[in-house]
Amino acid sequence: MEGGRPRMFLLWIFLYFLVLLGAVIMVFPFVWMFLTSLKPLPEVYTLNWWPRNPTLANYRAILQMYPFGRWFFNSIVVAIITTISMVLLSSVTGYALAKLDFPGKRAVFVGILVTMFIPTELLVIPWYSMSVKWNWVDTYWGILFPGLIHAFGVFLMRQFFFSVPNELLDAGRVDGLSEFGVFWKVALPLMKPALGALAILNFVGNWNAFLWPLIVTSRRDLFTLPVGLAMFSGEAGVQWNLITAGATLTVLPTIIVFLVFQRAILESVATSGLKG
Amino acid sequence: MLTKLGIRILGLCVGLTLVGLSLAAEPVTIVYWQYEYATKVKAIDELIKRFEAENPDIKVIHETFPYAAFAEKVAAAVPAGVGPHVVTLYYGWLPAWQRAGYLQPLPEEWFPTEEIESEFAPLVQAAKMDGRYWGLPTGVRTLALFYNIDLFEQYGIANPPETWDEFIDIAKKLTVWQDGMLVRAGFGMAPDGQDHHLVREVLIRQFGGTPYSEDYRQVLYNSPEGVRALKFYTDLALVHKIGEPDFPFPGVAGYYREGFNAGLIAMIVDGSFAIGTIKSGAKFRWGVAELPKLTPDGEKHNFASFWMHALTPRAQGEELEAAVKFLKFITSAEAMELWLQVVGELPARLSLLNRPDLLNDPIYGPFLRALPYSHATFFVDEARQRQIMIDAILRVIRAGESPEKSLAIAAAEEQAVLDAFWSKR
Amino acid sequence: MPFGVSAREEKGAGLSPAPFCLIMLTLSRRRALWAYVFICLPLLLFLFFRVYPLFQAFYLAFIRWHADPGQQTFVGLDNFRRLFGDLRFLQALRNMGLYMLLAVPGQVILGLALALLLNSLPKGRGFFRAVYFLPYITPAVAISWAWSFMLSPHLGVVNRVLRWLGLPAQPFLTSPAQALPTVALIVVWQYIGFHIVLFLTALANIPKELYEAARIDGASSWNLFRYVTLPLINPTLVLSIVMATGSPTIGILQLFTQVLNLRFYDPGGPIGSTATVVLYMYQVGFKRFELGYASAVAVLLFVTIAVITLIQYKLTARRID
Repeated sequence: MEGGRPRMFLLWIFLYFLVLLGAVIMVFPFVWMFLTSLKPLPEVYTLNWWPRNPTLANYRAILQMYPFGRWFFNSIVVAIITTISMVLLSSVTGYALAKLDFPGKRAVFVGILVTMFIPTELLVIPWYSMSVKWNWVDTYWGILFPGLIHAFGVFLMRQFFFSVPNELLDAGRVDGLSEFGVFWKVALPLMKPALGALAILNFVGNWNAFLWPLIVTSRRDLFTLPVGLAMFSGEAGVQWNLITAGATLTVLPTIIVFLVFQRAILESVATSGLKG
Repeated sequence: MLTKLGIRILGLCVGLTLVGLSLAAEPVTIVYWQYEYATKVKAIDELIKRFEAENPDIKVIHETFPYAAFAEKVAAAVPAGVGPHVVTLYYGWLPAWQRAGYLQPLPEEWFPTEEIESEFAPLVQAAKMDGRYWGLPTGVRTLALFYNIDLFEQYGIANPPETWDEFIDIAKKLTVWQDGMLVRAGFGMAPDGQDHHLVREVLIRQFGGTPYSEDYRQVLYNSPEGVRALKFYTDLALVHKIGEPDFPFPGVAGYYREGFNAGLIAMIVDGSFAIGTIKSGAKFRWGVAELPKLTPDGEKHNFASFWMHALTPRAQGEELEAAVKFLKFITSAEAMELWLQVVGELPARLSLLNRPDLLNDPIYGPFLRALPYSHATFFVDEARQRQIMIDAILRVIRAGESPEKSLAIAAAEEQAVLDAFWSKR
Repeated sequence: MPFGVSAREEKGAGLSPAPFCLIMLTLSRRRALWAYVFICLPLLLFLFFRVYPLFQAFYLAFIRWHADPGQQTFVGLDNFRRLFGDLRFLQALRNMGLYMLLAVPGQVILGLALALLLNSLPKGRGFFRAVYFLPYITPAVAISWAWSFMLSPHLGVVNRVLRWLGLPAQPFLTSPAQALPTVALIVVWQYIGFHIVLFLTALANIPKELYEAARIDGASSWNLFRYVTLPLINPTLVLSIVMATGSPTIGILQLFTQVLNLRFYDPGGPIGSTATVVLYMYQVGFKRFELGYASAVAVLLFVTIAVITLIQYKLTARRID
């Protein structure tokens, strides 16, 4: 214990140094991207780091040239609805798979898991045929139906539900709650961090989804942000000053969502005491 | 009584007229798909305006999609029975699209073969398959050498190179290396840009070889002449060090062009479609020259390509008629003149190709003059064949492979592709 | 007489052991029924939007698209036979193995390590968490370009830093030897935030009392980690490994977007050294429009991912008690 304190201090300095180094690496390309969005196009390929005359012209350009605000709105609607659906349906399914016994449980879990293994790039073809058949093309429903539920959500909730002690559930049952009551009133409140994590991860995944929204929409005012961003590139070149400005704008909402939800993740779960 | 009858007849007449009017007023709607490219979109919008003015009973809906995913949209739409009536595609995609059933041939009655072949430049024959024409272009493109005039003057270079040796000398003067890092390239090498065409259709021929047999069933570039051509190209990086591929960096569409615009590259080989981007992007004086030859009186060769407008199976009946009219309109001489002004692609009609003002234009001239000696490779699988040539080049430059071995590998792979295609026809 | 009720009542009216078992039976049956209620809507959605299209895609694998899409020829295993002789496909497969070896441990181990590190910081946790999450939320297309520029051998800032440190400049994405590891690193960089979030959540779930109890018993930090933390976060570990391997978007076996955008005009290059199976499937399906052949690729990928995931699951999942 002697001389421990200075050593501990050094350890902390070292750890903070590591964390800081990692943070720089994490953030560096994004900072680069952001700084590029403040440069006019010819300056993009020069080697200077800081923009010579920082300008918001690129931001103004995208907002004027394209219905960026509309794309923003579309992305929000789709991301919010799919996230709510994902969180609700995944928790219900994950709970059943983790805490209830029923014949065929194994098969259902494997069956759900396995749906993740087929690339989205191929699924878009049958999805598109479906959408055409039932007139879902160029509609919000068309964009969001593949995102209503996903094996990832079920898998995540199932894994986290494992940590709920069965005694708590039984206590709820003894108290006269129905199975749904046990789920809703006993198990789910313990899952706030997991729900938060799922919400964030799903929101982000959906926010950045590109291929399917591209395929199912033709009307420019229905594009989501990533699809809209892709309009800035073409056969003869990419307008990187515009794309980086658009990408920066695209990132902002997800940062906000993250900051809001990360508290939920951090709440450490105070164990509600095991009986006996 | 007479008035009652009169009124009934009047009513009938009015009724019939109204029905007739409504029938006549019901426009036929057709959909045209193109990829997002500012000048082309502008040109088509203008052409649609003029077309709809001349044909009030037809309405054309113009939809565009990001280039990166244009093919996916078509692939998803056509099997689902929706999508465009008229679509734009790169001529090299014709075999793949035709096999997948995304196109129908141009109806003979409206597009007689003799008419096409007498009015359009010969390279349009690349749009012909099984004796039928599957599409027509509005504009065609060839390759030329773009060079940075300000840089040339700075180094006392008066004229663009006429031979490849001059080209190398000039490039060497303009290349700047600093501590082993390339700061400015004399030549913007881009095998995955236009240079694979340069090797295939220009260099191989100039060195005395032939890329393919006449019927495009045999790969013939695996010859001593072909090897010399490939070696010449790869030596630019390995021996003369006047540039290298992926410079400034490969993650961008048209990276070599962006490098040229930024002043990091002195010369590039590019198509006429690049004129718009270079015009708006380059903040220095630039010029265009015909591609160099091997010797002062050597052979000239060039590669021509085009995007063509085609009909999908969705166009039937009334819509087919409307689509045909639209297609004829956008490939008319008037349309081509507009296209030249707005997009910068050369007209595909012979009548427009011999205009002296165009032939002597400092920018369009070199492209136009190259048309008579251009070849449009008939690609059976453009994506794969392009990749094969790119890999052939990069194997030598990046993996230290010998040009003979690399070309042999490429020839074997490409022959297999050709065989697979032709055996099914 | 109402069917099951009075029989139960009748039997329950009797003496202890037998009826007790029957009540238990009904209880578990009732719970099973509840389970079905819980999962019926989600299951329906899965069946409709994922399982059915999956079967459609599978079906296509045995088909060759003919010139007339109305006329699809059944070709049996022909597409698969072609695949096994397809050099570019085999190269993509080989690449997948390498990618997996680099990116899965990279994402999982680094993710866990960083989560532990972030968890133990007394101050600035929230800020650093957001920072480490940033790459995950940035659109892959734009950030791939940024990386390609920064890694440019001649103009990129990474080489400038290397040379400033006295190290030789590297070709990175332009070299057939270095390109794949570079791409793997970029992927790890982009998705590590995902795993950090998962592990932080799992760590927050561990009751502090367990640590106190173990520490009082004299456990060292390493033993704490090995015998308390690790087993308790096992479900999350499994989730993390499976997601890093086979899931769409972040799974390395389904890598596509970055490979396409880091080298826009020659994706999968140089000379196919970074090609992935999904990229190949995309090129076959959407450039050559051979949807049958592309589906065969997807089927093979599917089987591969399923097998690998199964093995991973068997090796790592442990029941918590």
